[in-house]
Amino acid sequence: MTLPEGWELVVGLEVHTELKTTTKMFCGCANAFGAEPNTNVCPVCLGLPGSLPVLNVRAVDLAMAIGCVLHSTIGFSTFHRKNYFYPDMPKDFQISQYDLPINSGGYLDLLDGSRVSIERAHLEEDTGKSTHLGGSGRIHGADRSLVDYNRSGVPLVEIVSGPDIRSSAQARAYASELRGILIATGASDGRMEEGSMRIDANVSVRKLGEELGTRCEIKNLNSLRSLHRAIDYEAQRQFELIGNGGAVRQETRHWDENLGETSTMRVKEEADDYRYFREPDLVDLVPDEAWQQRIRGSLGAMPADRRRALLARLDNPTSSQLDALEVVVDLGFDELVLAAIDAGVDASLALARAANELAADIDNIANLTPDAFIETLKMEQSAALSATQAKLVLLALLHGGGDPRAIAASKGFEQLSSDSLGATVETLIAEHPDEWARYRDGDEKLAQFFIGQVMKVTKGQANGKAVISELQQRR
Amino acid sequence: MASPLRRDDVAKVAKLARLTLSEEELDQFTEQLGQVLEHAKDIAALDLKDVVATAHPFGLINVVREDVLRPSLDRDAVLAMAPDAEEGRFAVPRILGETP
Amino acid sequence: MKSARQISSDVRSGASTAEAEVAASLAAIAAKNDELNVFLFVDEEEALRTARGIDERVSRGEQVGALAGVPIALKDNLCKVGVPTTAGSRILKGWLPPYNATVVDRVIAAGAVAMGKTNMDEFAMGSSTETSAYGPTRNPLDPSRVPGGSSGGSAAAVASDMTPLSLGSDTGGSIRQPAALCGLVGVKPTYGLVSRYGLIAFASSLDQIGPFAKNVEDAALLLEVIAGHDVMDSTSLPENAPALVARLNDGVAGKRIGLVRELIEGADEDVVNSVNQAADALRDAGATIVELSIPELRLGLSAYYLIAPAEASSNLARYDGVRYGLRVDANDVAAMNEATRTAGFGAEVKRRIMLGTYALSAGYYDAYYGQALKVRTQMINAFQRAYLDVDLLLGATAPSVAFEFGAKTGNPMMMYLSDVFTIPTNLAGDAAISVPFGVGEGGLPVGVQLLGPGRSEAQLFAAGRVLELAQAPS
Repeated sequence: MTLPEGWELVVGLEVHTELKTTTKMFCGCANAFGAEPNTNVCPVCLGLPGSLPVLNVRAVDLAMAIGCVLHSTIGFSTFHRKNYFYPDMPKDFQISQYDLPINSGGYLDLLDGSRVSIERAHLEEDTGKSTHLGGSGRIHGADRSLVDYNRSGVPLVEIVSGPDIRSSAQARAYASELRGILIATGASDGRMEEGSMRIDANVSVRKLGEELGTRCEIKNLNSLRSLHRAIDYEAQRQFELIGNGGAVRQETRHWDENLGETSTMRVKEEADDYRYFREPDLVDLVPDEAWQQRIRGSLGAMPADRRRALLARLDNPTSSQLDALEVVVDLGFDELVLAAIDAGVDASLALARAANELAADIDNIANLTPDAFIETLKMEQSAALSATQAKLVLLALLHGGGDPRAIAASKGFEQLSSDSLGATVETLIAEHPDEWARYRDGDEKLAQFFIGQVMKVTKGQANGKAVISELQQRR
Repeated sequence: MASPLRRDDVAKVAKLARLTLSEEELDQFTEQLGQVLEHAKDIAALDLKDVVATAHPFGLINVVREDVLRPSLDRDAVLAMAPDAEEGRFAVPRILGETP
Repeated sequence: MKSARQISSDVRSGASTAEAEVAASLAAIAAKNDELNVFLFVDEEEALRTARGIDERVSRGEQVGALAGVPIALKDNLCKVGVPTTAGSRILKGWLPPYNATVVDRVIAAGAVAMGKTNMDEFAMGSSTETSAYGPTRNPLDPSRVPGGSSGGSAAAVASDMTPLSLGSDTGGSIRQPAALCGLVGVKPTYGLVSRYGLIAFASSLDQIGPFAKNVEDAALLLEVIAGHDVMDSTSLPENAPALVARLNDGVAGKRIGLVRELIEGADEDVVNSVNQAADALRDAGATIVELSIPELRLGLSAYYLIAPAEASSNLARYDGVRYGLRVDANDVAAMNEATRTAGFGAEVKRRIMLGTYALSAGYYDAYYGQALKVRTQMINAFQRAYLDVDLLLGATAPSVAFEFGAKTGNPMMMYLSDVFTIPTNLAGDAAISVPFGVGEGGLPVGVQLLGPGRSEAQLFAAGRVLELAQAPS
């Protein structure tokens, strides 16, 4: 959805990601999704009288890692209390960071070459989760609510972008790239459907050259698709509203995936008074140079770097190769593919097999060793295996590991040696003299005929290229 | 002595703090809190713009713990404290208004 | 009543048994608790069971700890598993903590026997124990008077010979002032020396747990047991408990002790006399007394009555009727929160929550809370400058001896003024001890206060010992 000429969409995104730590931010309870309600709680994350927070060092490490890859300034930071009453908040205040966040500034470059600025990326604790009974299951119309504090105290990093985003597509690209980075640093598992990454979008429209319009906040978008659609809807809504002489009200809105529209959640009549003050139960965080170096040194390559590394191995990549490349980096198979290319496997082949066959069974990727991958592809490359056979071997490797040659043998994928293939071809030539004559005289189409015949005889186990090679030798 | 605090300031603050005050209490608190704040005027008047607030009096920094599991509470013990619970969760009357 | 040291020694040697000591304590409690309202909960069965356990271990020749068999009272803002812990409030009536405060674990590990939970001003907000939702505690030395607060129950437990030791908490003077009013030794340790894990919070940057005892040695013994680093408290100092008992008789020869004008001005005449006599005693023991003025201390009261309520307003937000404690039902959760807190909190607590919320609110933060934090820095610097010249400071603990019930409840400011001499130490995070010295109006005890820089407990106890010895019958 694009606004008409002369109008501009302005979007800023706030992304909350749960950090992939073993324990919660301020206590030793398990940071785990899907446990029985209220089984991962203790005096600290329940906010019992007398409890005190103690900071999880891994949460700090991961927050700093995020700051590194976002090119932020990592510095002295403090924790603040954000005070408000809500039943999913055990202390009725949230420990967060206010005017001194651990990461300030930074930017993220997107695939399309655009750059989105980052204002800050700070640490805070997550709240519990409430389910609403009676009514539609949403909060409006509910009779009562039930609260589970398993999620309370889970470490979060909140990443706030500048209001630099100008289209829903760019917003989606930003969120996607950010997600890739969060996964690559090990900070997050990026499982939006499980709520480990949540996005709030601040959306406004304006006539080019004019002041920023009033913005609405769309909360808790939990898929890239929702993000895209919600921004489109909201941009349209605001534009039409203004066009009809109305004014956009500053408010928080909720996106309904089924209805495909945003609706008012809360009107911000006055700014909430959170009475921020420095958290007296925690001490200051001073990430010295040595600590920052350690984090920087532990970082692997980010998606952008990995894409570049693969791109460098391709000559004039086709668009389908570029697509495959993106899939491969996204899924984390780039190192496998690079290893294969470096071992002599054709880049295109390696990309294709990774983007298709490996992508089909991501969960079992650990069963496939780089050596096995390389060996299988080499067998395909040398025509010892047909494409079909190579794919089946890969599937088998993913399923249960093993040795490619052994698997091939057990599946009866005999290595058709030149001799036996040659013998088969000669038999067929003798059986089909007319077709052979026409081929010999230059009719290339008949190569396919003979390949078909060879496949029939060998039950699909011959390698097309090898057959052509045999035919050409006898021409 | 006029209180530095107005009655509707106090009423607003009571709402923020989730406290209901009677008319009498509103008057009484306005006066009493006003007295305390009157005393605090000596602080408000000081020129301390070059002074920095102290965090920990002995300068502790970087107090952290390793990312290692510790035992959680037994769920029954947790719910036994609850004024109202259902299906292993804490039950509360309906929530009007979404989380800020 | 025997000293804690004596009890522990007797129990370990077999001269007495833990069970006998505990039985004596229970008898003393039974005799006087109805009148004095010291204990909100007496844990009789558990105390006897614990005592028998200790006796068994002694008979098997096992180590039982420095406080073996010593009955101890715990202020009711200290969490103990399965024991009603109310912080003197209706809002926590019947709440049973599922965990122990670190100090509770430590005293138990040292062999002490927790006798029960003592009365206190609600959420530690008060200087007389009159704001407790469970009635006031009476001063054992004169039941028509207050024992002081907020740790009035813990002070009364020791002063009435129910237990030789008790634990209290001190945020603006809540150990030292009741100690003074009840004729006891009371200590506010250096901030961070004693873990706050399991202490129901009032003002996080000011609260510290400390001992009450009849004499300096017992207080030192107890502080050694509870002090030292705790991983569960991020503000806890990194070091182990300091050696205090071993240094009790270090004396004060050669020390310079500052007699601070601002820590005496406004005190009653009898109190001023005691302080001057204490100065004489220290001088006789070889210290040099220097007269000092630290004008910054005058800002302490105002700064405290902005910082403490601000932190408290946030610490007490969790009492919302959702997870534990009192719930007053309503149609929606916000109304339920409001109904619960309105019914559950007393007037003083409401006052301070309101004051604190106001001080933190948008538009007022800089003028009030923000300024108060800076004043705190000024006071820390002022103390540090003073300690360049002297080793310790001397002053009054409370402006008067124990006052009558209702004497100061008419006007909050009057009560707040009771803490004027004790508050500066909490703001600075330093250490201080109150030691009984001399007798005042009506034959009631007067407490004098020794202050020292952070981590100066050994010196403070040594000076306290000098004062104690100076009064020993010759």
